[in-house]
Amino acid sequence: MSKTNLTRRGVLKTGAVAGAGLALPTYLSAASHSGFTNAPTGSTVTLGFNVPQTGPYADEGADELRAFELAVEHLNGGGDGGMLNTFSSKALQGNGIMGKEVKYVTGDTQTKSDAARASAKSMIEKDGAIMISGGSSSGVAVAVQGLCQEAGIIFMAGLTHSNDTTGKDKKANGFRHFFNAYMSGAALAPVLQKLYGSERRAYHLTADYTWGWTQQESIAAATEAMGWQTVNNVLTPLAQTDFSSYIAPVLNSGADVLVLNHYGGNMVNSLTAAVQFGLRDKQVNGKNFEIVVPLYSELMAKGAGANIKGILGSTNWSWTLQDEGTKAFVKSFGTKYGFPPSNAAQTCYAQTILYADAVARAGSFNPCAVVEALEDFEFDGLGNGKTFYRGADHQCFKDVLVMRGKENPANEYDLLEIVEVTPRGQVEYAPDHPMFAGGALGACNPGA
Amino acid sequence: MLGLTKKDATLLLVVAVLALCAPFILNPFPEGSAMAQFNAGYPDLMQRFVIFGIFAIGFNILFGLTGYLSFGHAAFLGVGSYSAVWMFKLLSMNVIPAIMLSVIVSGLFALLIGFVSLRRSGIYFSILTLAFAQMSFNLAYSVLTPITNGETGLQLTLQDPRVLGQSVSETGGIPVTSLFGIELRSTYQMDLGAWLFQFNVGYYLCAVMLLLAFYLAIRIFRSPFGMMLRAIKSNQHRVNYTGLNPRPYTLAAFVISGMYAGLAGGLMASMDPLAGAERMQWTASGEVVLMTILGGAGTLIGPVLGAGFIKYFENIFSKINDNVLHGWFSLLPDGLENLIVGVLHPFIGKGWHLTLGILFMLVVIFLPGGLVEGGQRIARLFRRGKADQTDTTTKPAE
Repeated sequence: MSKTNLTRRGVLKTGAVAGAGLALPTYLSAASHSGFTNAPTGSTVTLGFNVPQTGPYADEGADELRAFELAVEHLNGGGDGGMLNTFSSKALQGNGIMGKEVKYVTGDTQTKSDAARASAKSMIEKDGAIMISGGSSSGVAVAVQGLCQEAGIIFMAGLTHSNDTTGKDKKANGFRHFFNAYMSGAALAPVLQKLYGSERRAYHLTADYTWGWTQQESIAAATEAMGWQTVNNVLTPLAQTDFSSYIAPVLNSGADVLVLNHYGGNMVNSLTAAVQFGLRDKQVNGKNFEIVVPLYSELMAKGAGANIKGILGSTNWSWTLQDEGTKAFVKSFGTKYGFPPSNAAQTCYAQTILYADAVARAGSFNPCAVVEALEDFEFDGLGNGKTFYRGADHQCFKDVLVMRGKENPANEYDLLEIVEVTPRGQVEYAPDHPMFAGGALGACNPGA
Repeated sequence: MLGLTKKDATLLLVVAVLALCAPFILNPFPEGSAMAQFNAGYPDLMQRFVIFGIFAIGFNILFGLTGYLSFGHAAFLGVGSYSAVWMFKLLSMNVIPAIMLSVIVSGLFALLIGFVSLRRSGIYFSILTLAFAQMSFNLAYSVLTPITNGETGLQLTLQDPRVLGQSVSETGGIPVTSLFGIELRSTYQMDLGAWLFQFNVGYYLCAVMLLLAFYLAIRIFRSPFGMMLRAIKSNQHRVNYTGLNPRPYTLAAFVISGMYAGLAGGLMASMDPLAGAERMQWTASGEVVLMTILGGAGTLIGPVLGAGFIKYFENIFSKINDNVLHGWFSLLPDGLENLIVGVLHPFIGKGWHLTLGILFMLVVIFLPGGLVEGGQRIARLFRRGKADQTDTTTKPAE
């Protein structure tokens, strides 16, 4: 008769040895996996949506998140399919991505590079995300893009308008659907010339950080090319809320156009101050004084209220466009959430669909295969008409909208009207344009 | 052991065990289970726990011992990060020179700021340090862009000169940070049944640094120098009247704590070679104050606990969204499920600040000594229970 000696320590010891024995083979098999970071193995694939949920751009972030949820729903075959029905590529079947159900994790960028990277890292290291998307500022986009390049993950940028994202800070694993500061300038300048003439004197107020500078540089270059003069460029601190001391000197400068290179709360405050000072009722050099806001967004227009009436700016997209893709997207977004989507929402939705489609066309989740599928990809039906993802810098080229604040808005979402749809050819530039020079894509990185 | 009393040696040993076994301790729930959401044992967060632990230990040397409340400590963290990234850009991807430079530069920066700020004490000192930090932040954000790369943050590029080492790795990417050739990002993954434990080289480098920093802090706390600092805290006038000049002592404490912050900044940049201006913002300075107070100011282990607590909320709670909640409560009837999710909604995801704020208030109100006091109360409860059984002699009432 055998005697069993079951002690607690004995059981623990045996358990540990058995566990280690079990662990060894799984570890070895993990080492010989498919050759790229977070290769999806089960029946699901995880995407990471990293958006600002707190801080100055929380509203944009919330709208981005809605768009992501809608995109995932459509990819998994739920809802009415939205832009999947109008998209020119038909690789997506509504059965997830390559038959794997799409799951997602969310995080808060707080509009800080550090927090955004921490959040993205946790998605990569903990949740096994294969792609990161979202964001509402260029600083964050550039920081997360750099991280994804190192980790071997695809980054589909959300709202980022600075030239640097696909200029000097471009990365092989990063892609931008949104337009940029150069395109804003190129689209606005002809309209400005048509409406305000070619003999104008412009005064710039510019947010004192990377985006503000590239925006100012682009607009100044585009307007000077058609004969305008730049009287002065004043840099304003990012945290500035009271712009009255910056507006007063404009009146005595002899300028007849004020360009506000501001975004978000900055723009709302500076525009309100400018309108309250009565700039728009002034006559300078025998012309009406005008105000221009190069980058518009629906949420900013809402914040500025009646002050935006008649003011020109540019946007990436608008829900009032009449193409099939836009109509389908606005319909499914409106049905689900009860109001029309913003610029930021459309970009994030399109980016998610574009990624999924690239995987399906490439037949692999391997980042290098996805990069190859997205580079020089021409498509239609995601809003904005025919669009081209240029391989040289991973920037999308499509029509840009010049918008104006509506005089008589029909409802609280109908604040901007389309003045002109600037065709793609007019906003294109060479990849080595001086405003974008100084960076290199490098090689695509599939990670471990 | 190592010139420590038995009690301190035990504390150091406990911290060492906790730090070295963190990958196990922080991953108590199996992969794929609903509770896996609460696992914190992935390299990035563990590194953050330890790095902010070092930052808070350093802050505590100044605040806990001398009582000088600096509201600008994040400036040193930021300066340390920038120095380290510049070292990676110009010299080599080895982290040792980068960390050394970041400690030295932030020490010098602390000397400069401390020399000016320490002419005042109390609230005036706090305001001065806050002003200096905010000034550094604004400079880094715009004026000093050639050095700091402004809003975008300083990053490595493919064009970096890098004297000792290559600009571009064999695979065409940017080389990664290393410790004498061992890549800091390499991770050994151990699958143990349903559990997955990750052992990361970078984390263990940080953990070793934490232990060194912690040991040094113990020695400072127990030294005559530490005693002097405590004297300054309890009554600076008396110190003056006894003919001692407190300034050199406070300045030394300020510089030491600045160097700790620099070490944290350098480690942060070594784990993830990026330095952003937000690291110097007043909110970041406020965060370390919160960490120290939450954990227990003036105690050795408190700041480390506080740092872990705050970072845990920032990284784990902010990632719980409504979808996850619906997943947890999907077994309940629909109406009840929606009700529970609706009630919890403000506290998760973007509401993590709210949850943290409530917990912070509770701790400050009921445990003025921080988490350490909570631990002591629990320990006392147990000890008293035992004492009651064995010791029947009368004791004076508390």
